[in-house]
Amino acid sequence: MAVINLTQNHRLQALQLILCLVLFIGLNVFNNSQATVLDPDRADVLYHNYQGGGMKIDGPAILLRKKATESVAISAYYYVDMISSASVDVMSTASPYSEKRNEAQLGIEYLRDKTLMSMNVRQSDESDYLAKSISINISQDTFGDLTNLSLGLSFGDDQVMRNGDDNFNEQSKHYQLRVGINQIVTANLTANLSIEAIADQGYLNNPYRTVRYIDNTLPAGVGYQVEVYPKTRNSFTSKFSLNYYLPYRAALFLNYRYFSDSWDINSGDIELGYRHPINKSLELEFKLRYYQQSQANFYNDLFPYQDAQNFLARDKELSDFNDFTIGAGVTYTLPAKFSFGDWRSEASLQWDYIDFNYNNFRDPTAKGGVGNEPFYGFTANVVRMFFSLYF
Amino acid sequence: MRAARILVKSRKNWLKLLFVFMFLNLTGCAQLNIKPWVKPYERQHLADKIMSTNRNPIANMHIAHVYGARESARGAEGTGGGGCGCN
Repeated sequence: MAVINLTQNHRLQALQLILCLVLFIGLNVFNNSQATVLDPDRADVLYHNYQGGGMKIDGPAILLRKKATESVAISAYYYVDMISSASVDVMSTASPYSEKRNEAQLGIEYLRDKTLMSMNVRQSDESDYLAKSISINISQDTFGDLTNLSLGLSFGDDQVMRNGDDNFNEQSKHYQLRVGINQIVTANLTANLSIEAIADQGYLNNPYRTVRYIDNTLPAGVGYQVEVYPKTRNSFTSKFSLNYYLPYRAALFLNYRYFSDSWDINSGDIELGYRHPINKSLELEFKLRYYQQSQANFYNDLFPYQDAQNFLARDKELSDFNDFTIGAGVTYTLPAKFSFGDWRSEASLQWDYIDFNYNNFRDPTAKGGVGNEPFYGFTANVVRMFFSLYF
Repeated sequence: MRAARILVKSRKNWLKLLFVFMFLNLTGCAQLNIKPWVKPYERQHLADKIMSTNRNPIANMHIAHVYGARESARGAEGTGGGGCGCN
């Protein structure tokens, strides 16, 4: 597997983790006396809407989960993105566009005593991108069910095309390895640590994006050339979570995630959530989240000349920036007369407001002269409305 | 950023802790006389639906997709198995 360009240390750490987990789970699979159960059957229908930065993305999603037996469950997920884009990247070098993305997933879970095994296949297609992936996961309750250990692997194979160019056809592959431990700490507190390593190989660019460079021979004083990314990217992510049950029946959630990759991007995000039931049928939820990242080592807002480096990027997602989210949600349990038979159903509405601030990405559509435009920033509103039925 | 650098270094410590924990599990915690300290009948708060981080998986998938498209960070979005022994 020469394509996985992990460092020796990362490889060793990953191998140690896999061996530990496989050995541990293997020893426990045949040594259980008390069984656990699968999650209940449910159906969810969702409408999502994202608006911000000149983009509107909305569409429906459906998730269905059903137990075939007491130890086997199947799930199906279908998701649609209707995209209408006039973002700053598009407006500076191209024209607004519309497109549609469809995603489908099928999953199966098998429970044996306290070991849960699952497999999931996924396909996402757009007019210029086709992504296929497969995931397998195994998790195990142990130590008096105080501890849950999990291990997961995924493989993805993507085909990248470019609209209007029939000769353009590139590929990329993605490998993911994740481990996790969930621990009951007290009767009111659980802690979770998740670690994930991801290795990408192949064409990782956006084929439409360009970088800009100073060119005094042109009237505008600026020229554009296509981005060039490295063919590999390896990343390592750790997430630590605490969930706390408050004495007056409310819940507090704290998450911290740290990410680093071989492109020198380091990021951290911290999130605080609070869930508060008002009565038996109404529940409120609030969220605050802060995210910040450093820029990729081949990113530049304005290159000094054409072909200034081997690798070139001006994708704002690879730049130095931060964002802040404030969110709220409400869940209403429908009265029995409005539900289906004896089945419980809930209606939920969630809204997130996200403020993005870029520290080294200038708005080329603004005035000020090349390289002196104000830094870009935008806000987005994200809404989710969904209906959940438990049967 | 200083906090971030410290956390990078502590990443190795987290892994060491995880290995130690797994080793203790492998060799049998009972031999060390460590017993589960929260009994099954004491877990009603943890089993309460308001404590579930994966209560609305369809919404969680959308949130992860939104951030994944706008930010460079990826991975470890899930809850790592999510089991709490509450079933």
